Amino acid sequence: MSEPDGRRHYLNVDYGVRSWLLTTDHKRIAILYLCSITAMFILGGLFAVGIRLELLTPQGDFVQADTYNKLFTMHGVVMVFFFLIPSIPAVLGNFLVPMMIGARDLAFPRINLLSWYLYVLGALFTLFAMITGGVDTGWTFYTPYSTASSATNVMPTAIGIFITGFSSILTGLNFIATIHTMRAPGLTWFRLPLFVWAHYATSLIMVLGTPVIAITVALVGLERGLHIGIFDPALGGDPILFQHLFWFYSHPAVYIMILPGMGVISEVVTCFARRRIYGYGFIAASSLMIALLGFLVWGHHMFVSGQSQYAALVFSFLSFFVAIPSAVKVFNWTATLYRGSIAWDSPMLYALGFMGLFTIGGLTGLFLAALGLDVHVHDTYFVVAHFHYIMVGGTIMAYLGGVHFWWPKITGRMYPEALAKVSGFVIFLGFNLTFFPQFILGYLGMPRRYHSYPDEFQVLNVFSTAGASILGVGYLLPLCYFLWSLRYGAKAPANPWNAAGLEWQTLSPPPTENFETTPVVTTDAYDYGPDGARATPPEAAVA
Amino acid sequence: MHSLSDAQPLAHQFDDTDQQRRAVSFGMWAFLVNEIMFFGGLFATYTVYRVLYAHAFHDGSHHLDITLGTINTAVLIASSLTMALGVWSAEHGKRRPLMAWLLMTLLLGGVFVGIKAVEYHGKWVDHLVPGPGFVWHGEGAQHVQIFYSLYFAMTGFHALHMLVGFGLLTWLIIDARRGRFGPAYYAPVEMVGLYWHFVDIVWIFLFPLLYLIGRH
Repeated sequence: MSEPDGRRHYLNVDYGVRSWLLTTDHKRIAILYLCSITAMFILGGLFAVGIRLELLTPQGDFVQADTYNKLFTMHGVVMVFFFLIPSIPAVLGNFLVPMMIGARDLAFPRINLLSWYLYVLGALFTLFAMITGGVDTGWTFYTPYSTASSATNVMPTAIGIFITGFSSILTGLNFIATIHTMRAPGLTWFRLPLFVWAHYATSLIMVLGTPVIAITVALVGLERGLHIGIFDPALGGDPILFQHLFWFYSHPAVYIMILPGMGVISEVVTCFARRRIYGYGFIAASSLMIALLGFLVWGHHMFVSGQSQYAALVFSFLSFFVAIPSAVKVFNWTATLYRGSIAWDSPMLYALGFMGLFTIGGLTGLFLAALGLDVHVHDTYFVVAHFHYIMVGGTIMAYLGGVHFWWPKITGRMYPEALAKVSGFVIFLGFNLTFFPQFILGYLGMPRRYHSYPDEFQVLNVFSTAGASILGVGYLLPLCYFLWSLRYGAKAPANPWNAAGLEWQTLSPPPTENFETTPVVTTDAYDYGPDGARATPPEAAVA
Repeated sequence: MHSLSDAQPLAHQFDDTDQQRRAVSFGMWAFLVNEIMFFGGLFATYTVYRVLYAHAFHDGSHHLDITLGTINTAVLIASSLTMALGVWSAEHGKRRPLMAWLLMTLLLGGVFVGIKAVEYHGKWVDHLVPGPGFVWHGEGAQHVQIFYSLYFAMTGFHALHMLVGFGLLTWLIIDARRGRFGPAYYAPVEMVGLYWHFVDIVWIFLFPLLYLIGRH
């Protein structure tokens, strides 16, 4: 499918700075997000470098306790609120949701741009807090430390998170309204790609959960600024109430981070196994189940916080339930692979990596959901390892897999496949070397959030730091070859993977209006034939 | 007098005006769900402390001005009526009544916020604003302070929503003056109406929870 040079597409329609900063094109806004979250990822990564360097030796030598507290706080704040939460939805979701449903744009393009500006404004507040001394409360802002004791920049950080929350809410609103009202003719709910289902479920959490953290952070700000006593025990307030409100959002927020990743995996696995997905309905429903159950399990963060034992029992029980829809997905992806004609292209390597790492992360989550065991490993490196397996091993693997998969569509260029494969292996290796020792460390009793530790923990910490440096190389590689490909990469055809899905039926990069004519959908999603070929070839994409 | 335009501006991403109307309305309702969760956090906090410190909450509530609160409730309900009449006027292409009703809504909203400011001032004078200056002669001063913290947080966020509503109404009045709205296109009026009614409903819950508890 050759394309004539000089064709107009969304990237070359205008080159001016204004044309980017005032764009309402969902594809360009996705690129804006891609650049900003990459910058934040690098920043958060630098804080992680500081953490791992300090933990190389048992004593506090690289930094002292106060600085270390700031390092892990700012690592968490940047990575959670400014990278992981917006990562897949704001970049890939923004780019792909309208294309996958055959629409010209999201329902509210100007609100989409507004959400990017809110993200940037929130990030600026947080950066200001960091440059002027940092913040040391942990990304969880537990009261009364955050409201009464901490002498660091809690306020600007809180304001930054408050503002960024609205960016997330607006993205979610946009997706929900778009998916409900703008699907192409013939695209019924049960023909939607699972990526869209995953984003729909994610958007529900964004709209229902984020306002609660907004009001909670606002109350923390009021308490810190005006000395009212809502969460301060010295003033009659209840700090546990803060934890309830905080985790009411922040546990579902974990699913904001992982659900879109699951959506990416569903797309990639089907394409490179050349098979229709196994159990479409179950995977779609499991996304909604995860979104629902995600709101009912927040108490498992508070097993040792003094909540009632009966509440803890119920929360423990409900937390085990989350394993069911998660396992439904993993088993169905595995079943999709069965007798598929599997191609080992780089996106598939990331997808397979995701499946392995997410499974480990999910299973160790069951350990933590068990009341007795959690008391033993609570606030240890076991927890740190667990959620990094989900957020880094899961979400970032899926994010990178997705970026590789759709890079030709987004930029119109192919990246060097051999390097992509290498970086996939490097990341997988580096990741496991970084975080697997932390499971053992945590089980042996090393607490999180300390800058020094007993000598006997050093060997495992050295492994972890060594792994982190490998992981860092693994993340720098894609950054380099993606940038390289923009100029030197081969021109991408419309559908380099011979994939199903509406986004592949238009040109790479797509025209501003996405499709020459509104597509009409006549088949289910993942229309890969039994012998691996496309059952119905996509309509020829012509310029 | 301007004639009302019949054409509805259609944004490029929509296929037809019907789709546009459905998307806008759906988006607005989803936004209101988000707003419910926002105030929900406050109401949940209120509930917890109301249960823990029932007596202090009753005592604190007695010091709110029931007369001004009642007047404000009536004012706000009246503003919902004028807003609804405004939407009706837009739908039926009545430009001047539309402007009049929107202006009326804005004025009533202004009266509400004005009365609220008088009440806030009274609390300031009586040292009932939480913080270092809070003074309470009686039992459970700390817990009464929590009542007042919540009173200011809840009515404050409500008032903030009113102020946003003033901006929206002003924008509508300007557009109505230009004859933008008519039977074919009045979605903005309808959407702002939904928002306004939502803000009113929040007050309908705030009023009994803050002013009426302990007055049986």
